[in-house]
Amino acid sequence: MRHIISLLMENEAGALSRVAGLFSARGYNIESLSVAPTEDPTLSRMTIVTSGSDAVIEQINKQLNKLVDVAALIDLSEGGHLERELMLVKVRAEGGAREGLKRMADTFRGRIIDETDHTYTIELTGSCAELDSLLEKIGRDLILETVRTGASGIGCGDRILKL
Amino acid sequence: MELTGAEILIRCLQEEQVEYVFGYPGGAVLFIYDELFKQDKVKHVLVRHEQAAVHAADGYARSSDKVGVALVTSGPGLTNAVTGIATAYMDSTPMVVISGQVPTGAIGEDAFQEVDAVGITRPCVKHNYLVKDVKDIASTIKKAFYLAKSGRPGPVLVDIPKDVSNHRTAFEYPASVNIRSYHPAGKGDSGQIRHAAQMLLEAKRPMIYAGGGVVLSDASAQLTDLVRLLGFPCTNTLMGLGGLPASDKHFVGMLGMHGTYEANMAMQHCDVLLAVGARFDDRVIGNVEHFAEVPRKIIHIDIDPSSIAKRVKVDLPIVGDVNLVLDELLGVLRSGRQVPGAADMAAWWKQVNEWRAVGGGLRYKNSSEIIKPQFVIEKLHEITGGDAFITTDVGQHQMWTAQYYKFEKPRRWITSGGLGTMGFGLPAAMGVQMVNPGATVACVTGEGSIQMNIQELSTCKQFRLPIKIIALNNGYLGMVRQWQEFFHGNRYSETYMNALPDFVKLAEAYGHVGMRVEKPADVEPALKEAFARKHDLVFMDFRTDPTENVYPMVPGGRGLSEIILAEEL
Ligand SMILES: Cc1cc2nc3c(=O)[nH]c(=O)nc-3n(C[C@H](O)[C@H](O)[C@H](O)COP(=O)(O)OP(=O)(O)OC[C@H]3O[C@@H](n4cnc5c(N)ncnc54)[C@H](O)[C@@H]3O)c2cc1C
Ligand SMILES: Cc1ncc(C[n+]2csc(CCOP(=O)(O)OP(=O)(O)O)c2C)c(N)n1
Ligand SMILES: [Mg+2]
Repeated sequence: MRHIISLLMENEAGALSRVAGLFSARGYNIESLSVAPTEDPTLSRMTIVTSGSDAVIEQINKQLNKLVDVAALIDLSEGGHLERELMLVKVRAEGGAREGLKRMADTFRGRIIDETDHTYTIELTGSCAELDSLLEKIGRDLILETVRTGASGIGCGDRILKL
Repeated sequence: MELTGAEILIRCLQEEQVEYVFGYPGGAVLFIYDELFKQDKVKHVLVRHEQAAVHAADGYARSSDKVGVALVTSGPGLTNAVTGIATAYMDSTPMVVISGQVPTGAIGEDAFQEVDAVGITRPCVKHNYLVKDVKDIASTIKKAFYLAKSGRPGPVLVDIPKDVSNHRTAFEYPASVNIRSYHPAGKGDSGQIRHAAQMLLEAKRPMIYAGGGVVLSDASAQLTDLVRLLGFPCTNTLMGLGGLPASDKHFVGMLGMHGTYEANMAMQHCDVLLAVGARFDDRVIGNVEHFAEVPRKIIHIDIDPSSIAKRVKVDLPIVGDVNLVLDELLGVLRSGRQVPGAADMAAWWKQVNEWRAVGGGLRYKNSSEIIKPQFVIEKLHEITGGDAFITTDVGQHQMWTAQYYKFEKPRRWITSGGLGTMGFGLPAAMGVQMVNPGATVACVTGEGSIQMNIQELSTCKQFRLPIKIIALNNGYLGMVRQWQEFFHGNRYSETYMNALPDFVKLAEAYGHVGMRVEKPADVEPALKEAFARKHDLVFMDFRTDPTENVYPMVPGGRGLSEIILAEEL
């Protein structure tokens, strides 16, 4: 099953490779990983999207917690949570296709943030599935470039991950 | 007053009461060696290869309750140390390894003797640090010692660039340490412990399976009390030997691949299993599906949550220090009035004793013609009164020692279990002898393994370490040859040890005493003579039966009850 795990870790050189190394060394799946410092510059917040059986997910959580640099961890999928990913996609937009692409971006509540007479760059924030679905709609023939940040997640309401 | 980084490092080691550092010098650690030279509180043991420095620090730590310390230079010094670090990591030895690094300005430039020490060791340390500022040395060393010995112990590497060891700052050793992201477990959950007590009391076929965690936590007194209070059968893993006195009537021997028939059968058929500081290793439970075929409730006490439910499902996890958890469990059991059901226990012991009779415990066919390796270990046990510190290398000799040297006390049995590192035995024995001066220390080895760190005979000479080396020389990489015999149609591919040196002459060349023993009748007198030489290192080359195999054996990947006994072949 797909799980989204969020953690707070020391914002130190090497902390990221400890996490990445753990996944490769133990053969765990990693779908996406995103990380940046928080309001407290000594801490980074990381979101990892992974998948595996319940037993594997349990081990992943335990192994991450065991890393000395990991200060707090929550498996967001175990309760109410929100998930957002940012995507920038550059598409070939020529002739008659331009109108359709613009409408498509609008339906998804995406924004065109850059345009030339033969390209659009669309910005879209949403769940990973929404992003996937826009890409599918546009079709690979028109896509020139895709940049995705990987998911960021946060718990709903009082589900807070803080030190 | 401002001190250099090197001075600060040595002061930190003094503050940590470090008596011995095992190491090897080089360019990146010159300032550190200079400061070592100027003081005499921290003594340095010059090994002949960095791998040996780390194994020596490992033996030092395992046979005491101290943190082992090793010091190596950058580049090849560090890479040579990696096998030792991985060995310590797998067996959870508390250790601090200090490595020199190229100057900060040169890092990343493929400088002379530069390797990414933190990167290379990351998967085999509990934690590691690159110290980029002299102001951080004291606090980093403080953290390193704290991490190494608290919670589940392990090696911690501190990499110090050369210029940092020469920069100056004020020295103050932190009085306490707090790592906000690190909270090792202590007491177990009281509710879970009460629940465990109830499950144990209601068991019909209970079993206690105790591992290295009992030794690491110095909890063998509590384990012994628990086993005797409940009257349950108890087995030890390879790493747990000595955790329960082998002479205790409840002890059913080691379990696993080369464990006894009764231990493996009881493990397979019990209805309630109490696992204490043991991690269900694949050499213990070869086939988890086969193990799961018999339903049983498992209670697992471990300080590291990731050891629990890793390979087998656990019904009642108790995260905590064995020491504290067993104290509390004993308290609960003693304050209640309930005892295990007498009829159930009698029936269960009857069954266990029947298994004992089938397997015959451990047995081998002795010979008056050729030396049987098991016989040497039995005699070794007899002559040392079962009270020696025994280190080993890896192979058949290691298993025979585990089986036939009946350990009565913890921390007497020093072996590489998790990584299975040939070359561990002799350097580990050096560390054991340094921290236990005057004690009897023997290294049981094979003619293959001993050659992996034979150069340490020189260190032993320099530091006058009267270790007794018991080489069970079967002329083969015996353990591998055994697998080839069983599973690869007797094709002994590259396992015959050709062109062996004359070990007697070799020992003599290093300034030690060498003995060759070829006849069974000479085993006992030779051992007596060797152990009577209190001040000499004696290298004993026992020519043993090259065809002998280790039994019982649960072939890799098989179930515990699919065990091969000696007479079946
Ligand atoms: C050739 C060869 C053959 C082998 N054959 C066998 C065999 O037949 N049988 C066998 O048993 N082994 C065998 N081994 C060894 C095996 O590979 C493992 O090293 C061993 O089984 C692990 O022992 P353990 O489960 O006690 O765990 P250890 O590696 O000793 O781990 C200790 C456990 O205790 C926990 N712990 C540590 N400190 C504490 C504390 N304070 N409180 C609570 N918990 C704590 C740790 O988290 C860990 O889970 C063999 C090795 C070799 C090289
Ligand atoms: C460094 C290392 N290399 C290879 C092995 C694989 N191995 C395990 S046991 C063994 C044979 C050891 O031979 P010896 O020391 O003579 O002991 P014996 O089995 O004959 O008692 C080998 C090669 C290992 N454990 N460690
Ligand atoms: Mg051999």
